[in-house]
Amino acid sequence: MVIPQSVLDAVIRQAYDELPNEACGLLVGLNGQVHQHYPLNNVDHSPEHFSFDPKEQFRVLKEARADGLKIIANYHSHPATPARPSQEDIRLAYDPDIIYLIVSLAGEKPDAKAFSIRNGAVTPVEIEIKHGSIGASASR
Amino acid sequence: MSKIKVNEEVQEVTLPLSLTALIQANSATPEMVSVQLNGEFIPQEKFPDTDLREGDEVDILYFMGGGTQ
Repeated sequence: MVIPQSVLDAVIRQAYDELPNEACGLLVGLNGQVHQHYPLNNVDHSPEHFSFDPKEQFRVLKEARADGLKIIANYHSHPATPARPSQEDIRLAYDPDIIYLIVSLAGEKPDAKAFSIRNGAVTPVEIEIKHGSIGASASR
Repeated sequence: MSKIKVNEEVQEVTLPLSLTALIQANSATPEMVSVQLNGEFIPQEKFPDTDLREGDEVDILYFMGGGTQ
């Protein structure tokens, strides 16, 4: 997955802004190339859980379509645990076709890792950081 | 055969067909998804009783959530 530095920076910033709770959102783009991120509300408002609001998901879906883009990943933060899927993350990873990006704030520096999760099997996905501006950030 | 759109892709289906059957035919489990039919939210409890019609546009999104446990 190719992600602009500016988008990754914005996702990390959101993760810090929403402490102590988990932050979450969607990444839209095309052919594995992220164009922009959509921060979403964590309706669980919890440091240990997150859930999307389906209405916000559909809004992003339609905006992405209007731009000729697709939802290619979701993301959430782990405020105090490593950047790897928890058992709950794996159990609730229903969509086999998207990438799951996790941003950990547990260490001195933020750590972002991406995964494919299919039928409970977790496979790391390489993140290629792209410098320069190809994307934009959407407001909530 | 009748044509409906599922996540913007045209699918040929045999009517009558419930929303539950359509979701299952698309390899999803009804309890794991949110659905809009022609732009309107359909509550999960109404999936079995919602029959599709020619030209319907259905959007299916997976529930997304997780945790640290």
